[in-house]
Amino acid sequence: MTDKELQLKSIHLRKMLLKYIYKAKAGHTGGSLSSIDILNVLYNRVLHVDPENFKDPNRDRYIQSKGHCVEALFSTLGDRGFFPESDLETLCQYQSHYIGHPTKKINGVEQNTGGLGHGLSICVGEALAAKMDGKAHRVFTLMGDGELAEGSNWEAAMTGAHYKLDNLYAILDYNKQQITGDNQDVMNTAPVRDKFEAFGWAVKEVDGHNLKELEEALNNGPIQEGKPSLIIAHTIKGKGVSYMERVLKWHHGVPTPEQFELANMELDEAATLI
Amino acid sequence: MELDKIEEKELIMGKANLEVFSETMQDMAAHDRDIIAVTSDSRGSGKLVPFGQKYPEQIVEIGIAEQNLVGVAAGLASAGKKAFAVSPACFLSARALEQIKNDVAYSDNPVKLIGISAGVSYGALGTTHHSLHDYAVLRAINNMTIVAPADNFETEMAIRKAAELDKPVYIRFGKKAMPFLNPEDQSFEFGKGRVVRRGDDLAIIATGETVYPSWQAAKLLEDEYGIKTTVVSMHTIKPLDTDLLEELSANGRPIITVEEHMVNGGLGEACASYLLQNGKTNPFRIIAIPDEYTVTGSQVEIFNHYGISGQGIMKNAKELLKLEV
Repeated sequence: MTDKELQLKSIHLRKMLLKYIYKAKAGHTGGSLSSIDILNVLYNRVLHVDPENFKDPNRDRYIQSKGHCVEALFSTLGDRGFFPESDLETLCQYQSHYIGHPTKKINGVEQNTGGLGHGLSICVGEALAAKMDGKAHRVFTLMGDGELAEGSNWEAAMTGAHYKLDNLYAILDYNKQQITGDNQDVMNTAPVRDKFEAFGWAVKEVDGHNLKELEEALNNGPIQEGKPSLIIAHTIKGKGVSYMERVLKWHHGVPTPEQFELANMELDEAATLI
Repeated sequence: MELDKIEEKELIMGKANLEVFSETMQDMAAHDRDIIAVTSDSRGSGKLVPFGQKYPEQIVEIGIAEQNLVGVAAGLASAGKKAFAVSPACFLSARALEQIKNDVAYSDNPVKLIGISAGVSYGALGTTHHSLHDYAVLRAINNMTIVAPADNFETEMAIRKAAELDKPVYIRFGKKAMPFLNPEDQSFEFGKGRVVRRGDDLAIIATGETVYPSWQAAKLLEDEYGIKTTVVSMHTIKPLDTDLLEELSANGRPIITVEEHMVNGGLGEACASYLLQNGKTNPFRIIAIPDEYTVTGSQVEIFNHYGISGQGIMKNAKELLKLEV
């Protein structure tokens, strides 16, 4: 896949996740749009995972701690061939496995997540096991900024540094908003970089919508040997649809038919500029 | 001490189940490098200091952080390790409950949750350190096996079988020496109660460290009144051995349950629910810790206070059997 194709893929995945949120009349729209570029780079440039042999013990692990942005994950997995995209027609329907949070019933999903502040601890365990067994695969999690208020994250951060887990990569989808408002008003998470560095992590900040920057940050090994890596991806909630960007109601807003059409027009227009 | 005499005469005293856990862990680790102990500054309380010295690569210290303890254990288990998350039962089953529910049970990561110093083992330390809720909360979580071994044999078997079980399991025990109950019966299977004494007049279904006082009550009843009692070590609280409940209830005899747990949601209520829903009308009584601020003292003092003793259980049995004193 060329760089241009990867950029077009981000547009395609945005359209895809909006389509299924629109059909399901439910979903975490803003956060899925803020994290989709990260997922695109992970699954198309970074992670060694095989849709045909997902259970390969040497695969890279990706555990989505911010499970509510499942539409971004499902769209990326569906596009990568982990399951037929048409399965997503059943999103959030009675008895569908494609529910509002990641579940292991779906090929490609590592863990059932949804409760916040869980992913990092599980990744610490996975990364520890890989070190014990001398395995080279890497372990990634995607966290939200709102979930940093969960104390369990800081327990896990402490442990990751204590055991020098430089095979562990946490990516922060730093869109600076959560359901009630801006992080700084709800529960100030800043300065995130200083906090993680104080906990013994190596930290790099990137533009979370710049695919090249993301790829460079995620594909060049640990930021510092002997330390877990935090990639702070500065993002925009609702990115890619003008009327959704930074507008709080789109945290889990569902577009009307008119809004859905407008979003698609904007995204099609954006594709022509790539 | 009349009861101690019985113990000397009739039963061979063993070690604390906690010590058996420690020895079994060391023995398993010697043959299997995937056996991992995960501790929350609890290796001393868990008698795992020798384990850590012998197998430093097989112990993961998390510090005092039970949520992370269980989350990390889930990650280790997901990666194929036989992860034993060891922490005082009071903290493990409450502080880390969401991790148990989501990361262990729901995600089906076969973590072995080891609740040490369970029930009122930390008697005098008070309610913060008691675990009288663990059966109830864990019974309400799908995909969880709950085990309270009574004696050293059951403890060793439970730990060994848990290591091989590809499912989540919670095992809790205390730190007081326990006698061997019915050593002739060397069978052990999760979900199958062990009969440690047989008799047709009464059934006592107990679990964990209350099986011993139940056995003492049965002995007293036989010696003093000629009452023959079946005593069951219902080591697995979930899944419950309903076949055995059918067998015990068949002749209509009174049934008493005994547990080191609050009455709400424990073994007794699990048995009552099955019996009532299946038309069994045996006289029935639950002996457990009542829903009140638990009295403090040693484990045996708290047991005696709430009638979890040979004498206390006998008193309840006599009432159910309508025996004149």
